[in-house]
Amino acid sequence: MTSARRKSYGVKGAPYAFLLPATTLFALFFALPIGYAIWLSLHKVQVKGLGLGSGARSEVWAGLENYTDALTDSELLDGALRVLGYGAIVVPVMLGLALLFALMLDTERVRLAPFTRLAIFLPYAIPGVVAALLWGFLYLPDVSPFYFVLDKLGLPQPDLLDGGGLYAALSNIAVWGGTGFNMIVIYTSLQAIPAEVHEAAKLDGATPLQIALRIKIPMVAPSLVLTFFFSIIATLQVFSEPTTLKPLTNSISTTWSPLMKVYQDAFQNGDIYSAAATAVIIAFVTLLLSFGFLRAANSRTKQQGEAR
Amino acid sequence: MSSLAVRKAAPAAGTTPGTAQGPPLRRRIAFVPTVTLLLGAIYCLLPVAWVLIAATKSGRELFSTFTFLPGTGFAENVKDLNAYRDGVYWKWMGNSALYAGLGALLSTAVSALSGYALAIYRFRGRETVFNILLAGVLMPPVILAIPQYLLLAKADLTDSYASVLLPLVLSPYGVYLARIYATAAVPSDVVEAGRMDGASEWRIFTRVALPMMVPGLVTVFLFQFVAVWNNFLLPYIMLSDDEKFPITLGLFTLLEQGANTPALYTLVITGALLAVIPLIALFLVIQRFWSLDLLSGAVKS
Repeated sequence: MTSARRKSYGVKGAPYAFLLPATTLFALFFALPIGYAIWLSLHKVQVKGLGLGSGARSEVWAGLENYTDALTDSELLDGALRVLGYGAIVVPVMLGLALLFALMLDTERVRLAPFTRLAIFLPYAIPGVVAALLWGFLYLPDVSPFYFVLDKLGLPQPDLLDGGGLYAALSNIAVWGGTGFNMIVIYTSLQAIPAEVHEAAKLDGATPLQIALRIKIPMVAPSLVLTFFFSIIATLQVFSEPTTLKPLTNSISTTWSPLMKVYQDAFQNGDIYSAAATAVIIAFVTLLLSFGFLRAANSRTKQQGEAR
Repeated sequence: MSSLAVRKAAPAAGTTPGTAQGPPLRRRIAFVPTVTLLLGAIYCLLPVAWVLIAATKSGRELFSTFTFLPGTGFAENVKDLNAYRDGVYWKWMGNSALYAGLGALLSTAVSALSGYALAIYRFRGRETVFNILLAGVLMPPVILAIPQYLLLAKADLTDSYASVLLPLVLSPYGVYLARIYATAAVPSDVVEAGRMDGASEWRIFTRVALPMMVPGLVTVFLFQFVAVWNNFLLPYIMLSDDEKFPITLGLFTLLEQGANTPALYTLVITGALLAVIPLIALFLVIQRFWSLDLLSGAVKS
């Protein structure tokens, strides 16, 4: 082995050469933009005199001014609260349904499993914008079958595009789009549980419910942790669904979610400096949450491992 | 576990297999799970079924007839869509196919190279490179998209096909999957044997390792294809010329205009249906090749 390695000159340099495209792209499209965003967030434009002519506007050091402005901006904080409320609905409902469906698929003697599995996974193939658009029409009283049925039955018709209903409406789009993918991830790890494990429990007289609660769920805990983690990151970054629903309702402001505010600041108000500061704050919070969560999950699984 | 063993004495009569009633019971349908799954399937198919029917309605029928009754205007709607701004809709579909197809292909190539290098070679900084590439997953796209836009603007590259393609070529998730797959699928003695035969590292990669990695790379390609096809934010930020729009952005602008003119609703609905069909078709074909083991392998480690 060592002689072969010495003989071929290319071996030492090869991994670096193979990694060159990835590292170049990383430098250009990840590292450089991040660095630039941080640089921007620490600067502001200073206008001299009337701000006319070249050189009248110059970028000057702003220190943490953009950050303090962003953190005391009530619009941003309101947006953060809205997204937290939205996430508090989406993540438990989506993962709860995903786990439920995965467990049901993993049950013996269940019928139509291939069809239902595919049907529930299908929304994954549909772009978030198109999903929001389809549901948006289903929320419109004029064209929606739900309202038609409610109307015929003489039941009250909730306004799904305003107030509290809006949270339900937006959450539903995310749940619809994300349940299938998470179900597949959980189902695949359910399948990896050796059959003897629940065979043994069944011989011991455990009911399917007991097997699900005491054996299957604990054994797929790692994939639940992972799906939870990715769901939270995706939720914090919600952008396209509220943006797509916006033309259908007046209740979604241009700054409904923090990312929409970043977009608004950068491209509508032309203030790229404060947009950059807000963006950096969101990235920081995301990283903090991610690592905090992963650490908590790791120490928990370690404790459980020791307990066994 | 132990509490389950204690309850050994009280088995539910009907659920124990291998007893005298075994065979007929096994054929019985598990009622609750089947119904639960069917309800889930109905929920997931409902909007698709709705758009399928709504697209057949003429503008007048859309607001006047029960939603789950087919209308008579499908051919008319498609004709209107084709005529809309000289068929810009099909241009959007073509653009989406280009962005997703070419983007996913480039992305798979980069992932294959990096995944292979990270899996097979032992070299200084390997884990550092891997972790840094992975950290990219955690970066919210909008955080990247704004400085990417400003930087590309300096290079005079915004509002171009490249501005939507290039930022998506490096997929941290793709690199991750490719590495896991290469570790599992390419035995190191095969690589060593290639070296013994005097093959260059590049030749070993292209002739020996790459064929072994194909099933994993198909998964990477599909993930990336769906990710690019579904992407909205990047083209939304980068593009202003609607001849270069992908379908997601095109439909969005159509909806934005249509919100004030309900006459455009039928266009949006028909457009949404036609945009979903190729993806569903692709999805039905590829789900057989979709490497779910890889997915779970990725989850477990």
